[in-house]
Amino acid sequence: MKDLLAVVMLLGIYSLLSASFFVTMDAVDVAFTEAAVGAGVSTLLMLVAITMTGRKEHPTRHKPLLAIVVVIITGSLLIYGTLDMPRFGLAEAPIHQHVAPRYINDSMQEIGVPNIVTSVLASYRAFDTFGEVVVIFTAGMGVLALLSMVRRSEDTENIDSNNYSMHEQHLILRIVSKMLIPFILMFAFYVQFHGDFGPGGGFQAGVIFASAIFLYTMLFGMNTARRVINQAFIQILAATGVLLYGSVGVVSLLNGKSFFDYSALASDPIAGQHLGILLIELGVGITVAAVMIIIFFNFADRRNYSPNKDSENS
Amino acid sequence: MQVISALFLLIGSFLCLSGGIGILRFPDFYTRMHAVGVTDTLATAMILIGLILISSDFLVDVKLVIILLMTLFISPTASHALANAALHNDLAKKDKKSNDEVTSSNS
Repeated sequence: MKDLLAVVMLLGIYSLLSASFFVTMDAVDVAFTEAAVGAGVSTLLMLVAITMTGRKEHPTRHKPLLAIVVVIITGSLLIYGTLDMPRFGLAEAPIHQHVAPRYINDSMQEIGVPNIVTSVLASYRAFDTFGEVVVIFTAGMGVLALLSMVRRSEDTENIDSNNYSMHEQHLILRIVSKMLIPFILMFAFYVQFHGDFGPGGGFQAGVIFASAIFLYTMLFGMNTARRVINQAFIQILAATGVLLYGSVGVVSLLNGKSFFDYSALASDPIAGQHLGILLIELGVGITVAAVMIIIFFNFADRRNYSPNKDSENS
Repeated sequence: MQVISALFLLIGSFLCLSGGIGILRFPDFYTRMHAVGVTDTLATAMILIGLILISSDFLVDVKLVIILLMTLFISPTASHALANAALHNDLAKKDKKSNDEVTSSNS
């Protein structure tokens, strides 16, 4: 398929379908992440990339035969591997014997958070999650290092005239999104702070929060968004999230427990766990939202300087 | 209540289906958009109303009403944005031209 737009759209549809597939498998948290990240934000970022690179793929000269052979061999090896796996849903499968019983039976006494996924993600596996946050932070820094450029100072008159023409063209979109953006932001906060009790948490909340900002930026223009959202502040926020997460671990270390053992944070171990999970989820949310906004702004900035300016109102 | 809800669900599914057929059968972009844009909102609304009528949980009702409101806001706006973008990029002219070419080559 040569039309890249169609490829991106198919990818988004695939993400949405796999999100519903996760829901039927009762993995609501994963489905939530897939819908927000896979179908929402990554599709959007790829669309922005396409507006820079052009819609059609260049004709390639290499033969796809070798690639197909490799794919078929790998695929058949993987399918061969699944033959040895225990039957689907079998209770005696090793994965249900190892640590899962402890999570299911004891997490309510040890952590006291109804959503087991959150307690596994934020407390039992706090190290892994810290690694993920650092990866996201590093990705943001990489985009910043590669794509950021010195801003040319725009004169205000130009912005205003541009703003006016966009206002006529996108009037309905602007009004509807103006009504919706507060609810999107509110929903992001709900997902953030309700993650202990229902599906959700820092990753999803950060992405939802960032997508509200994307919507604003797309409809009101980069320059207006730049006035609202300070880039330096966003960069500081991205670092603050990671710092908040790490310092929770350091504080529990200073209080005489091991790294990321939140029971050291308060006199009551359960209250300490609650506080710790709340803080690190907040750190995750801040970092994810800030990094997403950084990536989007840098991509969109590049676009304004690219030679093909005719795709302005896409 | 069951019967009314079933009626709503049936109407909704029929509209979904007709919208799907419309997008495949209609000749050019704007009529296809019309087929989907109109039926989609109504069909979703019908199905959601049907679901509201059979659900016994109050919380589920509230959630469905919120989804309904969101759909009523977002779906027409999305259709409008699509049509607007097509109009701004002069899709109408191109389509006409290609149709003319087709007819001239046929004749």
